[in-house]
Amino acid sequence: MMEQGLWHGRQDTSPNLADVLERVLDKGLIIAGDIKINLLDIELLTIKLRLLVASVDKAKAMGIDWWEHDPALSQPGPRQLAAENARLRKQVRALETATLKARR
Amino acid sequence: MSAASYTYAVARPFDPAQAAGLVGVDGAAIHLVRHQDLVAVVSPLAPADANETALRARLETLAELEAIARAHHRVVAAVAACTPTLPFRLATVHRTNDRVAQLLRREYRRFCETLDRLAGRVEVGVKIYVHHADASAGAMSVAEKTGGSGSARVGRDYLQYRREQRDRRQHAWRRATTAAEQMDAVLAGLAVDRRQHRMQSAELAAAPGENVFNAAYLVDAGRAEELAARARRLGAENPHVTIEITGPWPPYSFAGSEECT
Repeated sequence: MMEQGLWHGRQDTSPNLADVLERVLDKGLIIAGDIKINLLDIELLTIKLRLLVASVDKAKAMGIDWWEHDPALSQPGPRQLAAENARLRKQVRALETATLKARR
Repeated sequence: MSAASYTYAVARPFDPAQAAGLVGVDGAAIHLVRHQDLVAVVSPLAPADANETALRARLETLAELEAIARAHHRVVAAVAACTPTLPFRLATVHRTNDRVAQLLRREYRRFCETLDRLAGRVEVGVKIYVHHADASAGAMSVAEKTGGSGSARVGRDYLQYRREQRDRRQHAWRRATTAAEQMDAVLAGLAVDRRQHRMQSAELAAAPGENVFNAAYLVDAGRAEELAARARRLGAENPHVTIEITGPWPPYSFAGSEECT
């Protein structure tokens, strides 16, 4: 058996996740198996992923791991994002007010 | 309850020694289901996972989706490296190997036709990007200028800058798509077939800019390097775009998209 490395020739790593998903989710022959999964829904999910990550590893390396807390993209986990957003907005408003006052 | 059958691809029979040690989803060993001169490449899927709810839940988890997608691709690529291969879409699951054999019998003619079309051919991916470096540099200097001040004049300047920035982006985008069309015409001439894919929007990607063109070309395996080299050259000749070449891939994009029952 040939190694996958040969398939990706001069590229030193395995293919980018976005490229793999593009092919295994959007391409390839569709067979109606005994277990039916609507991959269209999964495709929508990956479109959302594509908007944000081409490489999970790269995103993680950049410290971006929000999807681990997004119930739509991960297992049900802490759903505190909305609350945190509200809290941060409030904090931003407070800082803006303080800055304006300081300038006057 | 016995294991279900996860199918990766249909292929022409090959020496099983070439697939020795090959594992698929969940690390399960690959086996072949044969019918005449066709084989289905299959691995067992645990009964607990062999229902819609369980499988769906797994696919909706990014880490699991990635693991399953990469396992699927690893098997398809390994098989495609030794025999004509027709890749199936992710998560094709039958209750038993007998059901997979039925599929081979039922779709025999169609699978053979597609395999004959794909035999000895690979897919090369080409993506073209336009960079917006100038536009963003402009925006940055505006931000510096406007920093801290709120006068109307600065506001007008800012809007003016934003308009110019938008025009520059549109111009760059048009120039890049025109270049992409020209490159596509050249590359399509070297290929047996081509498919255009959706753009990859990848703000955090390793991508060097905005994706304006994304296509796959089907080529005889012996000409994949020639097409890639040509694409690289075309990219190097045009200072306004960056070209990214992937593959060679098994011919996923040319497997046919109509559903088989």
